[in-house]
Amino acid sequence: MRVTFTVNGRPETADDVWEGESLLYVLRERVGLPGSKNACEQGECGSCTVYLDGTPVCACLVAAGQAEGREVRTVEGLADGDRLDPVQEAFVECGAVQCGFCTPGLVVQAHDLIERVAQPSDAEIREALAGNLCRCTGYEKILDAVRLAAARKAAS
Amino acid sequence: MDFLQPTTWAEALAAKADRPEAVPVQGGTDVMVELNFDLHRPAALLDLNRVAELAEWSSEPDGRLRVGAGVPYVRLIAELGGRLPGLAQAARTVGSPQIRNRGTVGGNLGAASPAGDSHPPLLAGDAVIEVESAARGVRTIPAAEFYLGVKRSALEPDELIRAFRMSPATGPQYFSKVGTRNAMVIAVCSFAIALHPGERRVGTGIGSAAPTPRRARAAEEFLAAELDWDARLDPAVLARFGELAAQAASPIDDVRGTADYRRHAIGVMARRTLTWAWNEFRSGHFERRAG
Ligand SMILES: Cc1cc2nc3c(=O)[nH]c(=O)nc-3n(C[C@H](O)[C@H](O)[C@H](O)COP(=O)(O)OP(=O)(O)OC[C@H]3O[C@@H](n4cnc5c(N)ncnc54)[C@H](O)[C@@H]3O)c2cc1C
Ligand code: FES
Ligand code: FES
Repeated sequence: MRVTFTVNGRPETADDVWEGESLLYVLRERVGLPGSKNACEQGECGSCTVYLDGTPVCACLVAAGQAEGREVRTVEGLADGDRLDPVQEAFVECGAVQCGFCTPGLVVQAHDLIERVAQPSDAEIREALAGNLCRCTGYEKILDAVRLAAARKAAS
Repeated sequence: MDFLQPTTWAEALAAKADRPEAVPVQGGTDVMVELNFDLHRPAALLDLNRVAELAEWSSEPDGRLRVGAGVPYVRLIAELGGRLPGLAQAARTVGSPQIRNRGTVGGNLGAASPAGDSHPPLLAGDAVIEVESAARGVRTIPAAEFYLGVKRSALEPDELIRAFRMSPATGPQYFSKVGTRNAMVIAVCSFAIALHPGERRVGTGIGSAAPTPRRARAAEEFLAAELDWDARLDPAVLARFGELAAQAASPIDDVRGTADYRRHAIGVMARRTLTWAWNEFRSGHFERRAG
């Protein structure tokens, strides 16, 4: 089947989509946006987190056809041209990225948190990131990055 | 495989009547896992996301809430947490934020897993499930009669779940769940309690400790007979309640826990949740919050 939707502000059409395919597969394999990662395909790791109509979801658990006509924003759509989003900058500065596999999902999920909550408490950060697994960093640097991004956002 | 995408409830019912083998998909947090792992290859998917009324809730003339099967957990918590506190507590324990943004009570009911977290509070709060088919119209099924076996429910192949109906809480409600982490865990076992002070009655629900979610009926009857609503909680009554709740479970050993552990934990959670609810009730806090 054909799926037509908006990705990072651009209209996209994917053809020959299998009806049981996930939005994640369409993004990575058909639209050429491999930023969202495929690590578990069962909602456990959060590496595939994208915005669907403004709400962060696991793209691996959205049926491709459910995205028809909707707006998707992936990690590729956060930067403004060459200018990284403040969340991305903070991840780089704080050393919150090691292998990087979990990073796109964490960045999208953290981006949503600081959009919704101006100055999140540590408990709120932990709760917001509870569905994103990282096997490298031990999470401390990730928490640092989210605190830094939130503080900068609040100050600007 | 076909991808059916009705835009109205009537179309959805017609599609299900025409293709009873079609698998409904709402949040997809159960269905998509099965598809991704090729555990199941249905002849058709029936996407319910475009049926707007499924994502709505309303207050009915009889005072009950009617909550569409497609209202995601995140909205249930934000919009109905005050009126359905037990269910909202359970919803807060489901998966992760991303899962709660998509997952629904309708999908939890559709999956009918004994470990589904909505079931114990639905049982404790006397929820009724509203199902419908094009051929026979609406049918309402009390939650206690909905669950028939492991992942089996009273839903017929040509039916869809439209909503659940439940009275706003008239007393404290609590949910407790045992798991290895504070997020992203399938319950080892769980317990829900709802005080119904107007009727001098306590509702219960047991999760993940029997082939189906179930009420602890003997424990409920015991409290209806023995609980003194104007006094402090009698430790002997509390202890007996825990024993009867544990006896209502018929758990199995599996990777998440042993049957003995589950039975023990149900007793502990029954005592704890009753204590929490009773303290809130006696403190007048519930009335102040609800008032
Ligand atoms: C990582 C992860 C963590 C999870 N954690 C938990 C947890 O902590 N607690 C818990 O209880 N569950 C958990 N789940 C399971 C799942 O999220 C829940 O069961 C959720 O409520 C399913 O809702 P959904 O809308 O996504 O259902 P879907 O996947 O869309 O559907 C689930 C089932 O219900 C049927 N269905 C859906 N809507 C209808 C309808 N209107 N009429 C008839 N049938 C229908 C579908 O055909 C399917 O059989 C988890 C899942 C994942 C992937
Ligand atoms: S790949 Fe989607 S949650 Fe892991
Ligand atoms: S940086 Fe490697 S998984 Fe997080």
